[in-house]
This record gives sequence, C-alpha cells and structure tokens, in this order.
Amino acid sequence: MNNPLYQKNIISIADLSRSDLELILQTAHSLKQTPQPELLKNKVVASCFFEASTRTRLSFETAVQRLGGSVIGFDSGGNTSLAQKGETLADSVKIIASYADAFFMRHPQEGAARLASEFTEIPVINGGDGSNQHPTQTLLDLFTIYETQATLDNLNIAFVGDLKYGRTVHSLAQALSLFNCNFYFISPEALAMPDYIIEELNERNINFSLHSSIEEVVDDLDILYMTRVQKERFDETEYQHMKSAFLLNASMLGNVRDNLKVLHPLPRVDEINIDVDATPYAYYFQQAQNGVYARQALLALLLSNHFQANA
Amino acid sequence: MQKKLQVEAIEHGSVIDHIPAQQGVKILKFFKFTQTNEKITIGLNLATHNGQGKDLIKIENTFFNDQQANQLALFAPNATINQIKDFKVVNKFQVQLPSSFIGVLACPNSNCISHNEPVQTRFYVKQKNTLKLKCHYCEKSFERSTFDELD
Repeated sequence: MNNPLYQKNIISIADLSRSDLELILQTAHSLKQTPQPELLKNKVVASCFFEASTRTRLSFETAVQRLGGSVIGFDSGGNTSLAQKGETLADSVKIIASYADAFFMRHPQEGAARLASEFTEIPVINGGDGSNQHPTQTLLDLFTIYETQATLDNLNIAFVGDLKYGRTVHSLAQALSLFNCNFYFISPEALAMPDYIIEELNERNINFSLHSSIEEVVDDLDILYMTRVQKERFDETEYQHMKSAFLLNASMLGNVRDNLKVLHPLPRVDEINIDVDATPYAYYFQQAQNGVYARQALLALLLSNHFQANA
Repeated sequence: MQKKLQVEAIEHGSVIDHIPAQQGVKILKFFKFTQTNEKITIGLNLATHNGQGKDLIKIENTFFNDQQANQLALFAPNATINQIKDFKVVNKFQVQLPSSFIGVLACPNSNCISHNEPVQTRFYVKQKNTLKLKCHYCEKSFERSTFDELD
C-alpha cells in the first residue's frame, strides 16, 4: 500500500489530518527503536537556512545522515550569493531543488515555504517561516507527548508563558485539538493566547481554561509545556512579580501525577529552575533529541513509498 | 405616477445598484473604469429607504463576467447588476461572494512573502458577515477594511 505522505509537502500543521499525524508518530517511534541507516542511501537533501537556526538545522541534518542520505545547503541566507544578488526565492528554489530529492528550508518571511512548494516538484519541508509555522517542532512535540503518555487523546495539557507570540504553542494547540485534549492556558494577561486560536478551539468544542499561575492546575496535568517569557517585554518590577507565577521549580511538583512530563521547546533561560532537571518529570532534553526522530520519520515517509513502520 | 429616476437611463450596458455609499469611486478605480472611453453615469450618496445612502454606476457597452461580478463583492456584497439592452433590463443578478480572491488584493502583512515574489496573491473567505480573508501564503487572517487593492 502506498503511504499517503509520499512526495507530499509539509508546510503547515493544519494541512495534516489526524491519520497523517498518527502515521508520522508511529514512524518516528519505529525509527527510534529500529534505526534504518540505509533508507536514504543515494538521496540528496537540500537544507537551506535563509535565516540561521542552529538547533533545527543540526537536528534536521543529523536526521538525514542517520538515514544514510547526504546534505547540501547553507546555514544562513546572508552567506549566500542569493541574497546578495537579489534573486527571488522562487528562482533560488527552482535551481536548488533541481539538485536534490527533498528541500528543507527556514526563512524569515511568512509564507516562504508554501511559495517554495509551488516552484518545485520535490517535497518541501517547512523548518519555520517567519512567525507563521514550524511544523517539525510541532511533530517532535507530539511525538514526545505520545511517547511519554502512550496516547494523544483526552490529555490534560497546560501551556505556560508567552502564549501570544509563541508560534510553537499555537501550532501544538491546533494539532492537539484533533485529539480532544483539555487545555489550561497560563500566562500574563498581556501575553494571552490570541483570539484566532481561541476561536478555532471554540469551533471544535475543545475544553480550555485560563489561569494566572502554574500552581492552580499543576496537580491535574499530564503535560506541562513551558515557554520563555521574554524579560524585555516587561519592566523590572513587573517581571519580578511575574516570576513566581510563571517560573517552575522542583518544590511545585510535590503532588503531581506520576505520568506528568515537563516539556519546553528550548532554549530555556530561568523559567525552569535547574532543580527540576533531576526530577522524573523533566523531559525537555529528550524532547529536543526526539526532533531527530520526528524529522527522520518525515524524510522516510516523503521519500520512500514502500517504507513500512514497525508497529 | 412614474417614479423619477435619480440617474439617467442607459441604452445598452450595465447598471450596478445597491453599492454602499463611499464605495462607488473605489469600484470605478478597481475596474479601471476611469480609463475607459465608454459613457459612465454615476450617482453618489443617493437616497435610500434606510437612510444610509447608496452609490450607483451605469456604464454603456460593458458587461461583467462571473469573476468580475464576484470581485464586486469586495466592495458591495449586496450589489445587484442589471444588464440593459434597448433601455430594458434583460438580466438582473446579485453578486456572490466567491470562496477566494486571486490577484486583486495586497496582503496587509508586510512580512508576507507574496510581496516580493512572482506570484499572484490569494485569499480565502474565512468569515462572511464581517468579511474576513485568510492569506494563502502567510496564513494570517484580516478584516476586509485592512486590505489595499493591487494596481
């Protein structure tokens, strides 16, 4: 049977159905258990970072190499002649894609990956387009939740910190709304979840509630998803006041569920105290490592029609 | 008693009626009627039953295809188009809001890739009552009032 993602583009998490997401997660799980070091033998993957992003790039390029493929590309748009000569993205994509079997890209402008996909026949994977989408981050988050909870259905999930500007939490909430989870949004009022996400959740009849501190809900959670509140968005007094409500330390985890896992897209600054690292609930470093498996899963499905994940 | 026409009748062409006041001039500009040699009669801020006023455009020897008629919905969602032949209305229809608009609006998001590249803009209708459109490229949604039309 053909796999439904073969030769598809991965641009926006909203383009993926529940069954697509489940297939990707099962594939990531399978590749984590059973490495496939020859799956992409003789395949060349373009890794084009028109904007620098060290962790995403290293994770993606590791994924290609762990599957036996090779990588061409660049790590920052400023280093290329494309930017200096004023070539359009459309032309750049046409040329680079003619050398490769898949095209992974990060770009500072919203819509860049969608546009790129219209100028090439090979699969395009969006590694982040401005403030819009970063679907491979969402997939690694979903994979980590699935791995730690053995399901994505009916979980209690809290999002903490900057919920207004964080595209990571927007995409993850959108994806999890396909799985009937309960959401708890914990943020300063000025950084609350934007209206368009709230409207989408209402349209899908998803349960959610708003809170002003982690401690209000932490004992009921399966997943505590932390994000960074940027200090520069507040004055010093406001920030000090907020710290206690939106920063996590080990003493707050005394009565939590055994299966609770704390996640964070990283880098963290001080929103997760390092004393949490030694608790059984900390899972953010494994989460970052899972980025390699989630990206391997995409590459395997997009480039190998007959690849079968081991259930 | 015959009702007195507010704008002179035309022999052959189209009458766009029920245009909200202030939108008539924008429609003329959008369809480049300011550059045609056909005879055009316009009425601005004409009296209506609800007192809000309306604009009206009559243009000789010009008929709208479906796509153009739908684009009118961007300015006048309740407009009607009358096709006139020999001073008689031979066809009358209401404009329909299409599901998308291609190549007619600029994305209000200044960081959207559609501004710098060789592509036509595309917006999907996300909400009809207060018209809201979502960009095909940057995926952001905006109310109609925030858009500029492309030249």
